[in-house]
Amino acid sequence: MQEIAEGSLLTLIWVGIVGFAVFMYVLMDGFDLGIGILYPFAPTEEDRDTMMNTVAPVWDFNETWLILGGAGLFAAFPIAYAVVLPAMYIPLLVMLIALIFRGVAFEFRFKARAGRHWWNRSFFFGSLLATFAQGVILGSFIQGIPVEGRQFVGGMLHWLSPFALFCGAMLVVGYALLGATWLIWRTIGPLQDWCYRMARGLMLVVLAGVAVVSLWTPFLLPQIAERWFSMPNMIFLSPVPIVTAVLAFALWRAIDNSREVAPFVLSMALFALSYLGLAISLWPHLIPPGVTVWEAASPPETQVFLLVGMAFLIPSILGYTAYSYWVFRGKVTGSFGYH
Amino acid sequence: MELDPLILSRIQFAFTISFHILFPSFTVGLACWIALLEALWVGTGKGIYRSLSEFWTRIFALSFGLGVVSGIVMSYQFGTNWSRWSDTVGNVLGPLIQYEVVTAFFLEAAFLGIMLFGRDRVPRGIHLMAACLVALGTLLSSFWILSANSWMHTPAGFEIRDGRYFVTDWWQVVFNPSFPYRLAHMVTAMFLTTSFVVAGISAFYLLTRRHFDHAKLGLSMALALITVLAPLQIFLGDEHGLNTLEHQPAKIAAMEGNWEGGPRAPLILFGIPDVEKETNHWEVGIPALSSLILTHDFDGSVPGLKQFPVDERPDPRIIFWTFRLMVGIGFLMLAVAVVHLVLRFRGRLYGSDWFFRVLVGCMPIGFIAILAGWFTTEIGRQPWVVYGHMRTADAVTPSLTTEAALISLLSFVVAYAIIYGAGTYYLIRLLRIGPTHVHDAKQPPEAQRPKRPLSATDQSIEPAE
Repeated sequence: MQEIAEGSLLTLIWVGIVGFAVFMYVLMDGFDLGIGILYPFAPTEEDRDTMMNTVAPVWDFNETWLILGGAGLFAAFPIAYAVVLPAMYIPLLVMLIALIFRGVAFEFRFKARAGRHWWNRSFFFGSLLATFAQGVILGSFIQGIPVEGRQFVGGMLHWLSPFALFCGAMLVVGYALLGATWLIWRTIGPLQDWCYRMARGLMLVVLAGVAVVSLWTPFLLPQIAERWFSMPNMIFLSPVPIVTAVLAFALWRAIDNSREVAPFVLSMALFALSYLGLAISLWPHLIPPGVTVWEAASPPETQVFLLVGMAFLIPSILGYTAYSYWVFRGKVTGSFGYH
Repeated sequence: MELDPLILSRIQFAFTISFHILFPSFTVGLACWIALLEALWVGTGKGIYRSLSEFWTRIFALSFGLGVVSGIVMSYQFGTNWSRWSDTVGNVLGPLIQYEVVTAFFLEAAFLGIMLFGRDRVPRGIHLMAACLVALGTLLSSFWILSANSWMHTPAGFEIRDGRYFVTDWWQVVFNPSFPYRLAHMVTAMFLTTSFVVAGISAFYLLTRRHFDHAKLGLSMALALITVLAPLQIFLGDEHGLNTLEHQPAKIAAMEGNWEGGPRAPLILFGIPDVEKETNHWEVGIPALSSLILTHDFDGSVPGLKQFPVDERPDPRIIFWTFRLMVGIGFLMLAVAVVHLVLRFRGRLYGSDWFFRVLVGCMPIGFIAILAGWFTTEIGRQPWVVYGHMRTADAVTPSLTTEAALISLLSFVVAYAIIYGAGTYYLIRLLRIGPTHVHDAKQPPEAQRPKRPLSATDQSIEPAE
């Protein structure tokens, strides 16, 4: 018994680490993908320069969380890596190709002159498609993945469903909200005014989307309905929608009052709440509907070997991330670099 | 050959990793070279070090960006196309990949931002530290990924239960038998690759009579390093080969094109291996030399392909040639080192246009040798993915269809053609523009900051329409 309990604690810790990595990715690449989504709608070409400059020093760092999430699954829950990735073959392909085109746009756009409009497009479509694909992956993941003998047994289009496509569209709006509120924080003048307007509209769509997904999910999977709508769960879990509503109201006020930092923080908090809601829906399944985190966990010797390093490395990563963001703090204006 | 998910996945893996490897091959050495230049700038205050560093940092940024985006593809491809392998070895290799991410990738990405855009925002010492940490990150990355790769060649420290691999000894996993040799051989290769690029670009400036001071400095430093590393690499390559002989004799037999094996085996210089007839056509060899090289004894016995069951033999048709290409380039590098020494002692290093032309021509040889070497070692591991334990055919994703595999392969080919084409174009333009002048530290510092962060140049590098 003792041994099993220890293994469970380790697995819990690893659920936390991988969950944290994925959430960090969603937040951090979320806002810079969001900037790419808003990009072609910006008022002027100078504004586009500015938008790109606000994330230029940090984008590849943000994207590294995506690799951490993938590698974390591979190490701590190999079966999840071996099942989820083949199930999402096509949307992952779209995401990877889109991320390639978007990533190189950072480097190429400023070096191009005649060809610049091509890299503008590459940045926009890359960000848009990568985000959409991530949303689709999320949606079809929630709907469940058939597993037999530790391998995915569905078809290549198993991921395709109205719910998954809806999640894709919603994530586009959600990341755009993160991007707009990030830009409110980091820019001034007409660009910032434009971002306030965008953020207000995006927020309404996001809230509507969250509501639709929250009601749609229980219909898809009875076990999720039972998780949320049975007693006494309903009482214990009621803070989740209530806090979400409070945050939404605060965000609305913050935008109305032209606050600079609060909209970004509150948007991130909205994402955190949605993420928490998702975790509550799915727990303890790592591959819904059949495989739990306990079944998917790699053996203790693997988890311990990694944890020894993580205990020291994750805090230091967070430390130098904070330092890097601090170095590049402050407003970014025009195409004249950092001030 | 029929197209099935297995062969398409293998082609896709070979294609994407071949393009990806070009960038680490270059950026690992380049990061160290930039860190050295930054240290010299901080130490001496001479503007030439800083401007040379800024020039190579622009090249580095572009290459690193391409390396990042092609690297993300790699970390997902394991799961999408090789899910059986992922599930089977995840307990063993997952942590090594994970350690690469947390020790190397984050370090590189975070401090690259400071290195590229932070010069005016952080103290000089911090900027130097950022350059050093980026270099350290690239080396740590090589350490982990080569450890994981080596384990698949010489697996150790594990046991198999229910068809999956469980670790019994982490030390043996990480420091598996071929790892130290592979690491030394590859890191040296990467430094040589960078040195030949730096030497070639410097020689190009000297030929076109531009950036004379920068070019002399770059040429001198790069050639000095080549002179040390080229002979060292031949020694390391030989050691690595002996290690392979011990652990993967079938690979050696295929590389050598040796069917019979046994004592007094000839070193085959030329031949067309024929897998059907189990022989070589038009073979030209030097008697007993292969035995001498591999066993250090004319009468030493070496492995032959016929000693292995047909379904456990690597195909010699490609690696017989890639191996010779790699070795040939190794000796070409040695020749460049020797010629450089002769010219330097005669005091004619900066005045020999013909030698500059040779160096310009030698710019890509490091990349070619690295690709040839990897083709040799990876094809030589076949038909195994985990040597002696798991066949490549058993590693592929069972649900993957031929259509999906074909779509993804073609998508990557098209995407990489566009991206790498554009990347090469911009790299060449950056190289043509060359370094910009920076004053020595004692003079008043120039007030101008880079206007656009990613291109530290002040203008687009593409000509106006």
